[in-house]
Formats: sequence, structure tokens, C-alpha cells
Amino acid sequence: MQTNSWVPLFPEQASTFAWQVDLLYLYLIVISVAFTIPIVVAVFLFALKYREKEKFASGAEIHGSMVLEAGWSFLPFVISMTIFLGGAVVYYNQYKMPEDAMQVYVVGKQWMWKIQHETGQREINELHIPVNRKVKLTMTTEDALHDFSIPAFRTKADVVPGRYTYLWFEANKPGKYHLFCAEYCGLNHSGMGGYVYVMEQSDFDNWLEGNVSGQTPVEQGRDLFENKLGCASCHAGGPQQRGAKLEGIYGKDVHLVGGGTVTANDEYIRNSILNPGSQVVEGFQPIMPTFKGQVTEEQLVSLVAYIKSLSGITGSTSTSQPASNSAANSGSNARTNSNTMTPRRADRGQGNTPGSNPNAPGPANR
Amino acid sequence: MQDAITAEYSGPPKLNYLNNGFTLKSWLLTKDHKRIAIMYLITVSLFFMAGGLYASAIRLELLTPASDLLQTGTYNKVFTQHGILMIFFFLIPSIPAVLGNFILPIMIGAKDLALPRINLLSLYIYWVGGAFTVWALLQGGVDTGWTFYTPYSTTFSNTYVMAVGLGIFINGFSSILTGLNFIVTVHTMRAPGMTWFRLPLFVWAQYATSLVMILGTPVIAITVLLLAIERFARVGIFDPTIGGDPILFQHMFWFYSHPAVYIMILPGMGVISELISNFSRKKIFGYEFIAFSSIAIAVFGFLVWGHHMFVSGQSVYAGLVFSFLTMVVAVPSAIKMFNWTATMYKGSISYDTPMLYGIGFMGLFLIGGLTGLFLGAIGLTVHLTDTYFVVAHFHYVMVGGQVIAYLGGIHYWWPKMTGKMYSEFWGKISAMLVFVGFNLTFFPQFILGYMGMPRRYSYPPEFQVLNIFSTAGASVLGVGLILPLIYLTQSLISGKAAGDNPWMLPGLEWRTSSPPPTENFDVMPVVTWEAYEFGEESGLDLEGARANESVRTV
Repeated sequence: MQTNSWVPLFPEQASTFAWQVDLLYLYLIVISVAFTIPIVVAVFLFALKYREKEKFASGAEIHGSMVLEAGWSFLPFVISMTIFLGGAVVYYNQYKMPEDAMQVYVVGKQWMWKIQHETGQREINELHIPVNRKVKLTMTTEDALHDFSIPAFRTKADVVPGRYTYLWFEANKPGKYHLFCAEYCGLNHSGMGGYVYVMEQSDFDNWLEGNVSGQTPVEQGRDLFENKLGCASCHAGGPQQRGAKLEGIYGKDVHLVGGGTVTANDEYIRNSILNPGSQVVEGFQPIMPTFKGQVTEEQLVSLVAYIKSLSGITGSTSTSQPASNSAANSGSNARTNSNTMTPRRADRGQGNTPGSNPNAPGPANR
Repeated sequence: MQDAITAEYSGPPKLNYLNNGFTLKSWLLTKDHKRIAIMYLITVSLFFMAGGLYASAIRLELLTPASDLLQTGTYNKVFTQHGILMIFFFLIPSIPAVLGNFILPIMIGAKDLALPRINLLSLYIYWVGGAFTVWALLQGGVDTGWTFYTPYSTTFSNTYVMAVGLGIFINGFSSILTGLNFIVTVHTMRAPGMTWFRLPLFVWAQYATSLVMILGTPVIAITVLLLAIERFARVGIFDPTIGGDPILFQHMFWFYSHPAVYIMILPGMGVISELISNFSRKKIFGYEFIAFSSIAIAVFGFLVWGHHMFVSGQSVYAGLVFSFLTMVVAVPSAIKMFNWTATMYKGSISYDTPMLYGIGFMGLFLIGGLTGLFLGAIGLTVHLTDTYFVVAHFHYVMVGGQVIAYLGGIHYWWPKMTGKMYSEFWGKISAMLVFVGFNLTFFPQFILGYMGMPRRYSYPPEFQVLNIFSTAGASVLGVGLILPLIYLTQSLISGKAAGDNPWMLPGLEWRTSSPPPTENFDVMPVVTWEAYEFGEESGLDLEGARANESVRTV
């Protein structure tokens, strides 16, 4: 993070986004200077040249010029459109979630970042990642809004209660970089941060081995599902099952009681655990109790990971990328499922929680 | 005060709005827009000083990386309260309620605003809202940031959120009534011959601002009401744990607060149009373009609120549309910049204090506006949002724009308001200190922002050097802002009499006595000249003025 100059002007470039953002920034600086110089020169020139020669003398009778007005309306418009397009391209790259990324789960809490890797390692206020590998964060919060911000990667995203938001990046330079919470969250907001450690793959593997702890999210989810929360007693299948069968459900369209369809994605599963009555699957009674207050956000993440694994999906891939029909697959155990990413609004009017709307305009897009 | 005026006139002292009654009642129950403006002037100045004290505390705390001067909790309250006082109780009422109230009716040749009692009512509402807010701050204050984002403000903050919210809610009605009053006044009270396209551009800007005030302010009132309903009745509106949506709050908040940004800059642009044209003694370049660009800004201002929410959970399409519209808003602002510059071409420019503020505004608003493009470019703003880049940008617009314009306007109309001239020497010194101090304070913050320093933060050590620059600049700025308080007050006591038209300008406000009589004009004016008419048609006695130039204090 620290650069050598006395007054640092640029943060370190440590991700594949960094050069794009910096290039856009430089373009805007050039535009700004190109606008500022003529205006400042003109003002100074006029100020000197047209000083009043005689007290209260009148200036020239000039009222305006259609040609000039048209010119200086059109030119800024064209230039601002180039800026818009540049910004849109860079943004699209940041927002389009990769499908082959390493998954990391993040839960924000006043005032710490709780992070869990797919392999089960947990860390707080630190994130260890390998260099030159795409990493995708699936994030939520237990309390207020937070924002996961890594200036050296030139990216950030708000973390919103009741929703999953996503952030991805590919670090391209080993090192230690600031991690900030960029959305004000109360008393120790400025203490809510730490460092991101970008490591060579071999170092990262060593780090992983040295930190073998606990279960993977999928294992933890299975434990919750089968033992601790007893979900399996209704959802395990069998002849008299009272709850919907969950094998293979992820990414499919689900028909709901009262009409309407919803895609079974992260948000839907989360919402069905917390507000089971809001989106009941056709053919079932609304008898499932809510688990609100009984499961933590981290346990929810694990449950979602486990239910996905029942459909053969190991990662937590974004489920609501518009304009993309590609499969929700990842890692070694990929299985194509073309419904997963279909943008739909079929769930409209089904329940009122933000989490109930998987394709809502939401941070899920990032 | 009366003695000085007597010296000018051989007869008995001329009756004006200041000396026609001295009792407290004659002020508190006045329907005279000029007296109401003076009471606004005193109140917004007090709020500006209070907000300024908070700003000083912030800059002193940020001198070092550690939280040493202020504890974290206190610091959070200080920046929150700085924002609330400055935005809701200083910036929004500053130019409209003080300068607009005083000068707008005179500029259009009216005896008063169309609804004088409503005008007094809006002052009282402002006082009640302000007093309520100050009470809440003294009780313990609030730490949510001026943006009141949920669910922190509804669920997690243990401070006086609802009390302060109620103060802002009450205060909103003051804005609405002032806006309504201005619109009715401009439509119905113009003097004979004062057609729409003869209106000074300050009036156009106030008109556009008033539209935003009456259309936007009710939304913040509704938002505060919904917050209260959620907090007290537990109806899920913004809180996700009971079925609400925290992003909804941001939409509603910015649907008002982005247009409110234009409430905080359009009036300033109006003042600058007056200053640049009048002190260049030349008709403003592209009158209609400046007038309609104000209206365009007011309209487009309602369509860009989402650019505050690029990373907050809005869909990518919404983000792109808002980015596009934000770029479009840049165009009317650019048009104004170019027209002001062109106005100076072949003018006859004098550099009195107001003009120094006018030129200063152009420099600062240029930077403020251009950095707005950085923040509108969606791919770039993902990195910049919530950092000091944003802080620097909006201070360039709010302070570099509105506060500078307000100070320019106060200096410009001071002789009219008080009948006295202030010290030009100290006026110029102060204008320059403000310009230099301001840039030194806020320019380093652009760099800090790009480095990634978040807002509302105590920072890592590598950011310290630039923060020291910023605090040093703030000290210079502080001196520059305290000076007018001294020399303007001093001018009331010992300033030279200004005369009716110290700058020999054609506007209607310069064709009545200083200070104006209660009815504004002894004879109802009939307007036969265009706005900013410096030629023969203006009917000004320039020769006489040159002969009598000793009236002016230089």
C-alpha cells in the first residue's frame, strides 16, 4: 500500500481492474485540464485586457451568439458521452461475475469482517488470497450496512442486511493491502478493516494447510441440516415428506402456491429459511416454521452452500446476472443448469422481504 | 446609524425599513420581506458559525491518524452535526431566504412578496425546526451521518435520531413555503414592463430553485415520517428483519437530497450571473441560455438521484441509466461556465470585492463541476465513492459554489441592505484568503480520496501529510471567513454612507434608496429597459456619478 514518495498520489495497482480504473482517471484528468486551461486563460486575459478604462464606462454591446452556444452545448455533450461509455465498460468488467472463481464468504458485523474460505478456514479482518486467481466474495451483514473496499484493487461493494451482494477481483501482485469498511456503520466504523494478503499460490497452499480448522461450509451446512436444525426430518425425501425435496432444485424454476414462479437461487433459499410462508412451493402446506433468530448469517451461508451441493454445485455463483444464460457451475464438480441465470421477475408480489426477490435490482449483480 | 444617514440628507432622516420602528414587536411581527431577510441573515450566520466550529473540530482531529482529540463516538457526532447544520440550516436557506427574500421583490419592482404573512410563517417554522434540532443536539446529538442511512439509523444508533429527524421535518415546511412564495411572487408581482425575459437571472435561478423546493422537500418529509412509523409502530419499511428494504430508504433520501444539491447551487449561480454581468458592465452573454439552463438543471436534477447509490445495491441497468443522465446534467452547467466567461469579453471590468468572489466562484465551481464527471463515470466511481474524493467534490460545489456566491452576494447587496459601505481593503483580503484557504483545504482531499481514504474515518499513517495540508488550509479559510464578520459589523457603526447606487448599476434594486423604504419604491417603477442594460436606455446618470465618485470607499 505504501508508496515510496513523500506525498503518495496513486495507490498501488494490485488487481486486473486497477489499470482500467487508473486509465479512466487519467482520461478524466486530461479532459479536465483541457477544459480548465482555456477558461482560466480566457478569464485572466479578459480580466487584464478589459479592466475598466474609465469609471462606469459601459462594455461592448454583445448579447450572445447562437453558433457559440450550439458549439459549447454540443462539445461538452459529446465529451461527456465518451466518459459515460468509458465508465460503462470498466463497470461492466467489474460487475460481470466470473464463473470459475474461488469462492469466499464474507459476513460483516459491527465492527469486524468475518471471512470463511470454501475449504473451511476462517479469518477475521484479514483475507488471504492467491495471486492471479479470480476470487468471488459472497457477502452479507448481521447488522448495519457495511462496504467491503480494497483501494489497491480499485473496487468495493456495499454489504446489505437481508441480501447477498457479490464482489470479484483478480489480484495480480503479491503484497499486503488495506481493507476498509467504506460505508459508515457506527461507533468503530474506522476500526472495521484490516488487510488483504495476496500470496503466491504455493504460499497460499501452505497457509491453507497451516490453518486447517473445522468443516467446509458444505460440511457445516450438512451438519446443521441433518442434526442441529433437523431440516432433514421434513426435507430428506421419503414417501410422506412434508417438505419439498431439495436434491437438484438449485437453479430450477419453482412453482409457487397461488401462481407465479421463482428461480431457486441463493436469495430464494435464504428467504425460504427465514420467511417460509412467503413463497410456498406448489403442492405443499405452509407449515414450515421460521428459523429467523435461530440461525446466524454464517450458518445461512453454509446451509445455502449445502443445498447447492445437493444439486451438484459447489460454488456460490451469482444467480442473477442479467443478459447471461450461462450455467451456474464452478470448480471440479460442475453441472450445467441453464435455468440458473435466466433473469426473471416471476416472483413479483410474492412476499415482501428484499431477500424474496432474487432478481430484484440488487447488489446481487456485482 | 441614524446619524450617518442624517449627514447625507439635509432634511429630516428619510424613513426606511430599518428606522420606521425599533421595538422588538416591530421586528417579530413584521410582514416586511426585508426585515424577515435580516432576521434570516442573523440566524443562518449563527448556524454557519456553529457548523464552522464543528468543521474546525473535524480538521483538528484529522491532523493525526489516531483518534486523540475526539473520541470515536464524539467524532461521529461531530461530522454528523456539521453536515446537518450546514446543509439543512445554513446552505439551503442561505441564498434563497436571505438574499432572495431581501432582493427578489425589489428586483422585480414589487412592494413585497406575494404572501407576506406566509413569509413570516416560514421564518418561524425555520426557527422552531432549528430550535428543536439544537435542543436535540444539546441533549446528546446524533451519530448517523447526515444521510441517516437505515438500518443503522433505525435500529443500531442510540442517539437522538428521531428528534433531529423531526427538526429537519419541521424545517422542510419552511423551504416549501418560501419556494411557493417566490413562485407566486414572480408570476403575479412583476412591475409594469418587467417581462419574463427582462428578469435578472438571479430571479430565474430563484424560480428554478423554488420549483425544486416545493417538488422535492415533501419527499424528505414523507421519508422521515416513514422512519418514525417504522421506529414506533414496527411496520417493516426499511428494516429487513421485519420485511423492509434498506435500499428503499436510500432511494427516497436521495430523491430529495440530490435535488437539494441543486437548491444549494442554483441560487449561487444566479448571484454569479449578477456579479459577472454587472461588474463587467455588459449585458450577460446568452441570457436565454443561462435562464433555461437553470430550469434544465432543476428538471434533470430530479432524475439523477441513483448516482449516489452505484455500489449500494442498485441494479446494473439502473446504474448505467443514472450514469448517463448524470453526464447529461453536466451540459447546462458547462453552458453557464462558458457564458459567464464570454460575458467578460470586451467588458469594462472593475474588481470590487463582489467581483473577486464572482471570479473565485468560477475557478472553484469549474473544479467542483469537473470532478462531478469523475464521480458520474460509473466504472471510476466504484473506486471513488465513499472516499474523500466525494468529500472534496461536494465541498467544492457547496462551499466553493454556494458559500462563495453567498458571500459575494452579501458584499454586493450590503450597501443596499444597510446603506453602508464596508472596507474594500479588508473585503479583498478576505476574498483572497477564502480562495487560497479553500483550495489548500480541499484539493489535497481529491488525492486522499483516490488513494482510498474513506469518509468518516480516522486514517492510516501514510495519509497524514495531505491531511496536515488540509488542516492548515482550513485555518486560513477560517480566518478568511471570520474577517467579514468583523468588518461588516464594523461598517454598520462607522461605515460611510453608500448612496442609492454605489456601483451605478441599472437593476431596479439600485433605483431606490439605500436602505429601501418599507414599500421598496417611493414611486411604482415602470420598466422600459432590458436586463443588464448599460447603454443610453438605462437612463443612469453616469456623468453625475463620476463627478460624485468620492461617495465610494476604496
